[in-house]
Amino acid sequence: MDNFDYNASEKAEASELQRMIAIEQQKAQFQAQVHTFTDVCWDKCVDSPGSKLDYRTETCLQSCVERFIDTTLTITNRFTQMVQKGAH
Amino acid sequence: MDGFGQDFSAGGSGGKLDTGTIMEQVKVQIAVANAQELLQRMTDKCFKKCVGKPGSSLDNSEQKCLAMCMDRYMDSWNIVSRTYNSRLQRERARM
Repeated sequence: MDNFDYNASEKAEASELQRMIAIEQQKAQFQAQVHTFTDVCWDKCVDSPGSKLDYRTETCLQSCVERFIDTTLTITNRFTQMVQKGAH
Repeated sequence: MDGFGQDFSAGGSGGKLDTGTIMEQVKVQIAVANAQELLQRMTDKCFKKCVGKPGSSLDNSEQKCLAMCMDRYMDSWNIVSRTYNSRLQRERARM
């Protein structure tokens, strides 16, 4: 079993590691969001998959991501107001 | 094994934490999970798009459809990734 008494430089290494892991976690959260958006926006924008995505479909995907984020913000803000006003 | 340690370790080899190896493992685990997620969603979408009434095997047109669907799904994923990234940068610039 390891001796867990860390000296100063080992503590510094440990917090550097924590920092680096937090960065990878942030990247992973970004990827997870992309999966969610792609799932939803594929259904909205892609009818039958062809040999490439046409301009209309590309534009639809881009708009879909933006509008989905706007929707999230709208709902979050309004819900916050409702809670603050004491609605259940 | 030694090579990884050289690139990423903060200090020398005297520390208790092999930062390089740990970070390599973390990145690999995250990459594997990401690939699994992609495959699961892509399979779901492309099955829906390409396979009608399931027969006794996947016929030629279904195979072709699945190949195209995979490519288009990954194209879509990339577009969504770029769009989301731009949006995040725009939001950060506003703060």
